[in-house]
Amino acid sequence: MSGRRSRRNGAGGRVGRAAIIVAASLFLGVFLLLPLASVFVEAFRQGIRAYLDSLQQPEALAAIRLTLLVAAIAVPLNLVFGIAAAWAMTRFEFRGKAALGALIDLPFSVSPVISGLVYVLLFGAQGWFGPWLAAHGVKVIFAVPGLVLATVFITLPFVARELIPLMQAQGSEEEEAARVLGANGWQLFFRVTLPNIRWALLYGVLLCNARAMGEFGAVSVVSGHIRGLTTTLPLEVEMRYNEYDYVGAFAVASLLALLALLTLALKALLEWRYRGELAAHAPGGH
Amino acid sequence: MRRRVLPGFGLSLGYALAYLGLIVLLPLAALAWKASGIGPHGLLHLLAAPRTLAALKLSFGGALAAALINVVVGLFVGWALVRYRFPGRRLLDALIDLPFALPTAVAGIALTALYAPNGWLGRWLAPLGIKVAYTPWGVLLAMVFVGFPFVVRTLEPVLQSLERDVEEAAESLGATRWQTFARVILPLLVPTLLTGFALALARAVGEYGSVIFIAGNIPMRSEIAPLLIVQKLEEFDYAGAAALGVAMLAFSFLLLVLVALLQRWSRRWAERHA
Repeated sequence: MSGRRSRRNGAGGRVGRAAIIVAASLFLGVFLLLPLASVFVEAFRQGIRAYLDSLQQPEALAAIRLTLLVAAIAVPLNLVFGIAAAWAMTRFEFRGKAALGALIDLPFSVSPVISGLVYVLLFGAQGWFGPWLAAHGVKVIFAVPGLVLATVFITLPFVARELIPLMQAQGSEEEEAARVLGANGWQLFFRVTLPNIRWALLYGVLLCNARAMGEFGAVSVVSGHIRGLTTTLPLEVEMRYNEYDYVGAFAVASLLALLALLTLALKALLEWRYRGELAAHAPGGH
Repeated sequence: MRRRVLPGFGLSLGYALAYLGLIVLLPLAALAWKASGIGPHGLLHLLAAPRTLAALKLSFGGALAAALINVVVGLFVGWALVRYRFPGRRLLDALIDLPFALPTAVAGIALTALYAPNGWLGRWLAPLGIKVAYTPWGVLLAMVFVGFPFVVRTLEPVLQSLERDVEEAAESLGATRWQTFARVILPLLVPTLLTGFALALARAVGEYGSVIFIAGNIPMRSEIAPLLIVQKLEEFDYAGAAALGVAMLAFSFLLLVLVALLQRWSRRWAERHA
């Protein structure tokens, strides 16, 4: 022990150590921090007045409302799915479990563009259900339902992936004990399981929500870019950018960057405060 | 079989399967069905088109290169964050996940603003003859950015649990620091590095939002495969878009299987030499 310490604190070791720390910090600063900083600098390039004006335009407000709406539908859907999938996967043995796990992870390996494309092929004018939907006056593609479906696909794995390793590690002894003591299924879930997984659940929802509000590729394919109706915040960024309204584009982007910062802060807080109650897991496509 | 003590097996599994069927399987079946519409001849014609080939080459070649860069840089950064204690370390560690949290469209325009010829960094690179934005280098940069957290995050727990006594033994036997790293530590990390490599690769292959702003999207030069799918959709060439999508999924699947095989082999090698 003392041998290692003296060696580590030797002059050569100290210089090497400092060099590695400085190099890694510089790299992270230029590669990660600078892009983040540039969003805010570009957004305020013409002053706070121009910034606020561009955020108060009706299209920006409509995009904020639509983004909140899509996330408010997609996240709860994947929350319920995540709990059901984790319950089935961790509390019972059945054939094909590994295949089910792979299927849950699948959306992470599919390009966002393809995730949008598949719904166009199902519900678009030339799709499987297109003619039937048209006959009944239902619009899915180039409308809000399409945005929701594409977002649900993209964010499907987040909650399940967080819960499965945790519930696997926790085991089912407490639940079995509650069962023996006469608790029914829902009592057992709300009084025993939920308190045990609440922080992991919040963690999964946090990541799911960040991706749902920030998704671009998949919603871009199904949106049709109808201003004020089917443009979420990321699409509004793209449209303003392509119209050379850079301050406007970065102003909207700054809202999304704030969301990202908030997500990172809450994530770090959860990891720091409740590490023992979160899954020890490899990262997915967060 | 043991009697099931806990309730809800049928309900939870049934719900999960129905949900996956509707959200994932049915749409992917529609993709395969639509793609089969162009026939083997049409598929060959589509894939052999120079513009398609160039786009696929850029998407897959760029993603492979980006994942490789992320392995090297991720190992370095992960090492610094796990092995050393210094002021600001926690903040830097939290920052690693920024590419996961920052929406891709935002990353795309931010990187473009930095690396465009008149941008913050671009204006210093331009006199050196280095152009990043609107070239394939810009595509690579964006792919490295979005895949960056994967290697660091898969590596960190493994680095933390690495037995220090292995290193100490190597050092006490007279190995230099570099020899210890290259011959003792690195082989133990290879399976984990491959996991990070596969995750970064899968992400970069399909990446769209962050790439299209900085790429400039010049056909045959800086146009990625997902963008080609979008263009086919805009031209109402649904079968072509679907076929290209299936081809992309098939290639990525093949690559990921290869990485998994490599991983199994490296794990066995590490166990044999442990």
